[in-house]
Amino acid sequence: MTLIKNGEIVTDPWVRLDDDDAPLPEDRPAFITVKRWQRDREALAGRTAPLGIVLDSNEPPSLIADDLARFEAVALRFPKFNDGRAFSYACLLRDRYGFKGEVRAVGHILRDQLLFLQRAGVDAMEVAAPDARAKADWRKALAEISVYYQSTHDGRTSVFRLRHQA
Amino acid sequence: MYRYDTYDQTLVTERAAQFRDQVKRRIAGELTEEEFRPLRLMNGLYLQLHAYMLRVAVPYGLLSSEQMRKLAHIARRYDRGYGHFTTRQNIQYNWPKLEEVPDILDELADVEMHAIQTSGNCIRNVTADQFAGVAPDEIEDPRPYAEIVRQWSTLHPEFSYLPRKFKFALTGSPIDRAAVRFHDIGLIMKRGTNGSTGQIGFTVLVGGGLGRTPFVGKTIREFLPKKDLLSYMTAIMRVYNMLGRRDNMFKARIKIQVHETGAEKFTEMVEEEWSHLKDDPAYEVPEAEIERIAAFFRPPAYETLQPTVPDFEEKRLADPQFASWAARNVSEHKVPGYGIVTISLKPVGGIPGDATADQMDVMADLADRYSLGELRVTHEQNLVLADVKKSDLFDLWQDLNRAELGTPNIGLASDIICCPGLDYCAIANARSIPIAQQISRRLGDLKLQHNIGDLRIKMSGCINACGHHHVGNIGVLGVDRKGEEYYQITLGGDASEDAAIGKIVGPAFSKDTVVDAVATVVNTYLGVREDGETFIQTYRRIGAKPFKERLYDAD
Repeated sequence: MTLIKNGEIVTDPWVRLDDDDAPLPEDRPAFITVKRWQRDREALAGRTAPLGIVLDSNEPPSLIADDLARFEAVALRFPKFNDGRAFSYACLLRDRYGFKGEVRAVGHILRDQLLFLQRAGVDAMEVAAPDARAKADWRKALAEISVYYQSTHDGRTSVFRLRHQA
Repeated sequence: MYRYDTYDQTLVTERAAQFRDQVKRRIAGELTEEEFRPLRLMNGLYLQLHAYMLRVAVPYGLLSSEQMRKLAHIARRYDRGYGHFTTRQNIQYNWPKLEEVPDILDELADVEMHAIQTSGNCIRNVTADQFAGVAPDEIEDPRPYAEIVRQWSTLHPEFSYLPRKFKFALTGSPIDRAAVRFHDIGLIMKRGTNGSTGQIGFTVLVGGGLGRTPFVGKTIREFLPKKDLLSYMTAIMRVYNMLGRRDNMFKARIKIQVHETGAEKFTEMVEEEWSHLKDDPAYEVPEAEIERIAAFFRPPAYETLQPTVPDFEEKRLADPQFASWAARNVSEHKVPGYGIVTISLKPVGGIPGDATADQMDVMADLADRYSLGELRVTHEQNLVLADVKKSDLFDLWQDLNRAELGTPNIGLASDIICCPGLDYCAIANARSIPIAQQISRRLGDLKLQHNIGDLRIKMSGCINACGHHHVGNIGVLGVDRKGEEYYQITLGGDASEDAAIGKIVGPAFSKDTVVDAVATVVNTYLGVREDGETFIQTYRRIGAKPFKERLYDAD
């Protein structure tokens, strides 16, 4: 997989541990499941390397809202591209809980969703390993639409407001 | 009417270009059909039984004459010379070629139109009362808010991959002409508690719908101030997006969620979510923006006219055909001396909602000549000229007749809502159009229809209920029984403010007997009605039993 962060391809320093009993690397940033977090919360207190958590599509951020300060990244898993719950989860993470770390989309996502993901608050996306063409396509996908009617806390001003600025 | 500024125009142009690229990728095989599907659906493109079908958005049903001419042009150039107006106040083309759809979208963008979100599991094209702004019973014109909802819901980043499709309807009147109680969200404008001086806001209904599990919408908020519109809509949508069922598409609509959760609990969830959003300026539409949009819908400069127009009254007396058209197809306008004309797209024995390209051009011309250059599509699949001077009605009627658009049957037995059915639709179980045509012919004698009076017949070719059969006074539902087409009859449905879901009267009828059965229902009513009673009033008085007896006792 390849990671796009803030629109650029970057090396992914994170490991994702789907197996709750797999050893947790001490020296690398690692994503764990909600289940593991709930089980090992105390044991993880002394960990110094960055910790991230993966939310499945049936795990809303309210589950970990009180612990968010402990995580440097939250990954939202799309079991299928058309399961859109994570769009709301991303909005909640940014708006409701003020999460400033990385919000990453993983799983089955389409290039045609990248812009919506970004607007909802996702800043990192895992996509299938690209060729040069795919890279150009992602940039294009993020720039195809330049007009936004909604305010989503992603920094872009909605048309409703733009129309009345100066 | 609302006109695009550079932002709106840029969006539809970019969107058309984006879709052109998606079509290219599909044709090149870079996108699988499964991946292409939600993309094309969100641009209104379905794959039907025989061909693609393109559904073009007509936001809250409002069209300029220029736009109508473009629709005619598209019908001629890219389709087979006709289009089909739908219960969502949209227009469908049944025979476009995939590779030409991007060209059609470009043509639409040229006249400030698009096909965005006319399909797919997203917020669909917003509908509204077709008499908005001209009805005497209206509290306030809902169209500025329909336009705000249209813009806000367009390419919404959070709500474009919902559990299922999502439909909004608005009305500014206590008289419901837009079936708002049968929408995922229905908004009814009303005055707040301070009587006639109180501010105007919305009553919010959620979870209405037809389909295989019909529900009347539940009121989850009696009064919502206008400034809170988008924050409250966001709260509802978010609760639905996160908790609506995704495991079973037949249980994925918000109506099921409201039903399974319970309206009270659902309301609590929405209110809780809203408590976090209501004071967030991100969800507030600036006052200046509301005013900007509302300005497009200000009443035009009407002439000062006498309420009674002697020439019109004389023509009515002299010509009984004109009189019957004026009685059925002209509604009272809020301005003296004007009338609201509904053009019937239901010629007796015709295909409900279809119009030829030539007819579209004629209606565009007539809109220019008689009605300030605007038209509206109704959810009952007719068209409206909203601002016709009474002194012009006779000339207009003659012009309409020349184009076979003068059928005087609005609200009568042959004014049938009908889905495309098995003649076009990939998911239909039975043909609906031919049955609707037969019913229309059977009851279509004008004297008979006018004698029968107000009667809503609605017909769907499958359980998905696109033809609104649940809310027909007489509903007809096509079902498949071991490969044969059968038709269930429901009675007592009502899409208006007296909302009711029809009840199945008994075993289904074959395609050869269903038209007789509908006629039997009508004859039963004619035999027992009391003075001045409409069909639905009689049904409410006597119930289904007498109809049942007449329908089934002979067996």
